[in-house]
Amino acid sequence: MSKKIYMVPNPPTPNRALAFDPDVCLGCNSCVDVCPTDVLMPNPETGKPPIVLYPEECWYCGGCVEECPCTGAITMIHPASQRISMNWKRKSSGELFRVGMKNPPAPNNKPPSG
Amino acid sequence: MSIWHEYVQKEGTVPEWPYAVNYDKVNEIISDVLVVGGGLAGVRAAISAAQAGARVVLADAGHAKRSGSGGAGVDHWHGACTNPCSKVTPEEYTKGCYDSMHGYMGAHVRYIITRESWDSLLECEKWGMRIRDVEDEFKGAEFRDEETKLLFAYDYDNRHILRVWGYNVKPVIYREAQRLGVNIQNRICITSLLTEGGKQGTRVVGATGVNTRTGEFYIFRAKATIIATGGAGRLFQFVPELTASSSMSDMSSAGVGHAIGWKAGAELVLMEKTGPATLSGFGYAPYSMGNAGNTYHGVPVIDANGKEVPWVDAFNHTIETIEGRFRCGPGQKFQLGIGIGISNYLPEYQQNDPVHDLPDRIRKGEFVLPFYIDLTRMSEHERRVLWGMMVGNEGKTRIPIYETLNKAGFDPDKDMLQAPVMTLEGYLSSCFWAARANTPPHYRAGGGAYLVDWDLKTSLEGLYAASGSTAYGGGCHGESHATGRYAGKRAAEFVRTAPDPVADPGQIEAERRRVYSSVHQDKDGIGWKEINQAIARVMQDYCGKYKNERTLNMGLRLLREIRETELACACVSNPHELGRLMECSSLIDFGEVMMCASLARKASNSILDFHRLDYREMDPQEWNKLLPIKQVNSEIKTRELPLDYFLKAPFASTYEENYTVHTGKETSK
Ligand SMILES: Cc1cc2nc3c(=O)[nH]c(=O)nc-3n(C[C@H](O)[C@H](O)[C@H](O)COP(=O)(O)OP(=O)(O)OC[C@H]3O[C@@H](n4cnc5c(N)ncnc54)[C@H](O)[C@@H]3O)c2cc1C
Ligand code: SF4
Ligand code: SF4
Repeated sequence: MSKKIYMVPNPPTPNRALAFDPDVCLGCNSCVDVCPTDVLMPNPETGKPPIVLYPEECWYCGGCVEECPCTGAITMIHPASQRISMNWKRKSSGELFRVGMKNPPAPNNKPPSG
Repeated sequence: MSIWHEYVQKEGTVPEWPYAVNYDKVNEIISDVLVVGGGLAGVRAAISAAQAGARVVLADAGHAKRSGSGGAGVDHWHGACTNPCSKVTPEEYTKGCYDSMHGYMGAHVRYIITRESWDSLLECEKWGMRIRDVEDEFKGAEFRDEETKLLFAYDYDNRHILRVWGYNVKPVIYREAQRLGVNIQNRICITSLLTEGGKQGTRVVGATGVNTRTGEFYIFRAKATIIATGGAGRLFQFVPELTASSSMSDMSSAGVGHAIGWKAGAELVLMEKTGPATLSGFGYAPYSMGNAGNTYHGVPVIDANGKEVPWVDAFNHTIETIEGRFRCGPGQKFQLGIGIGISNYLPEYQQNDPVHDLPDRIRKGEFVLPFYIDLTRMSEHERRVLWGMMVGNEGKTRIPIYETLNKAGFDPDKDMLQAPVMTLEGYLSSCFWAARANTPPHYRAGGGAYLVDWDLKTSLEGLYAASGSTAYGGGCHGESHATGRYAGKRAAEFVRTAPDPVADPGQIEAERRRVYSSVHQDKDGIGWKEINQAIARVMQDYCGKYKNERTLNMGLRLLREIRETELACACVSNPHELGRLMECSSLIDFGEVMMCASLARKASNSILDFHRLDYREMDPQEWNKLLPIKQVNSEIKTRELPLDYFLKAPFASTYEENYTVHTGKETSK
């Protein structure tokens, strides 16, 4: 990180919409190509993950994730106001959970039907 | 590093626009058929026109592989009346739709859909979308037919709505269009239609557009043009910072298809229709929380103490079993299914629901908030088909909901998903996420479209409409496939004998000046987002639930003001913003038609959710008609048309006869 502090506008809301894992992403820009609303831009440096330029135009369709050849390179990040509304309760224990919580339960790895 | 802010902080520079920009470059593309909009209807239209031998160009504002409302998937397919298990005939289904809407329904389009929806689905299967339980995952389930392995939704008695594994539907049809050699032009925002002699009301000979990455100008000349641009989601509400993940349409849903036709002189109909913005986008991410509607139909809803909410049929008879929630009640031949959006107007066709007075019961203390849905109370098949098949294929669900919640640890075998805690009226609809989850009382455009004939041709020669929202009588997912496929065939027939398209240079030049004025302007105007918000405000305030002649005229004035001031001096920084600004210009046109159409209907109407404070009598008989509206030499003209115009001269008097004449098919009898 550069030590300088720059004049930038406030981060747009939602801030992120997506996160890229630079260790997994090939920088192939397939996700950039298919995004219906052109949220993403190719990184000026070839081979690096794309840049989320217009997160407020993200429709949260998941198309970019489905298009990506490398599992785990992109993760969708719902806006915080949505994460706090995806809540559930374990029937046996009464425990409360939500998407994005601090100590989440073990993931459920069951794939969808088909 | 993922977002722009991080990049700037790390690199100490602002990244350059990644695409070479050339606002002066003009490209010309000539074809037999031009399809405007590459959603489901557009891609299907392109495929069928190409199959019929036409040279086809398809222009999409996004990328046709994933764009549009259906780009993110489908789990239930309506109107498959000719599938081998269906017990509903096209005639019965069409009558159900027409009667449900009390006649405000382009039922000829519904008839075409019900004749061809199943065939359209079979083609999707051939191209690689799964429509049958070939792995026998649901063997023995009561919603499955053992012979065909088809799965049914909502109405297990009549089997006309199918469950499908449609998460990949868009890539599948996109590939087929590519295979057939359709010239697909992505990232083109179409801005206008070209007409013969550059005049309003003449034959349509193509369109113009701008590339939203390079800024280059495009002239499309075509013998026939098909409009398939979807709806106008941005017209009444525009707060993307708040709503993107919860809204039902993406940013390109800006009513451009309607607007360019209006300017070209085509006739539109029911543009005065509005509705409460239940899918307002102020709610929660669709399908991401407990609810009992549509995809989650039939699931047990329990309160904070574990007490279950009873279910009733449309006539308020209690339903005892979970299975009964998927069966017709006494007095019903079949149910239309909630997803179709028109099922709530007539109990004969309405779905079963949790008790209709749930808000009152909560108020009186019978149920304690919050509610949960308890999938564990369902049979294993029902649970898996809901969470696993439907959520997982629905659309905006496979990754955003199924994968997100599963990864976070949600397990339908053990956990109960919480429903929103919201204003009690919100619990009137079983689709809790789409309900009034503490949202402002917003309104939305309600389904105005091109007036079309039995060829899905508009009032202009060479112009066809093919989609859920642009053809009067269209519908949801399967409907968009069927109408697109049909319009593509009719357009291909037309171009066989149509003369070459000659565009008017003056019209093209004027459009080019209009499109690029914001680029050459000093940067002291405002941008597209602020303008869009102002337009939405005018629509909410002056074309919302209650209207009178004065407020409508004020709304019209304000829209024209915005066009002449804010829009005229708007500025853009790059081609992306230019595209969005052009869409704003179309939103103003769309709003204008809505206000003009609202002025023409001098009576309140319950089906159109149309409340004129200066004509308060609801549903007076003499106003039971359509009022098509168009421009002639920029003057607005309306006329009267019977609700069932498609069964009156010059058309034949039965659906079957018209369909046979226009498709050249044998009668089904
Ligand atoms: C999340 C979700 C789930 C759904 N699930 C189901 C379901 O399970 N079953 C069901 O029956 N229905 C479902 N629907 C409804 C169904 O998806 C839509 O009715 C259908 O996709 C409409 O298709 P369309 O082709 O008419 O329009 P759209 O899909 O809206 O396509 C319009 C296209 O036009 C393009 N466009 C717009 N403006 C321009 C322009 N100026 N220039 C060029 N191109 C332009 C857009 O980019 C887009 O590709 C769902 C909808 C959503 C949002
Ligand atoms: S989720 Fe959809 S809209 Fe958002 S960046 Fe990915 S492809 Fe684009
Ligand atoms: S598609 Fe995947 S690998 Fe390719 S750039 Fe996008 S995130 Fe990286």
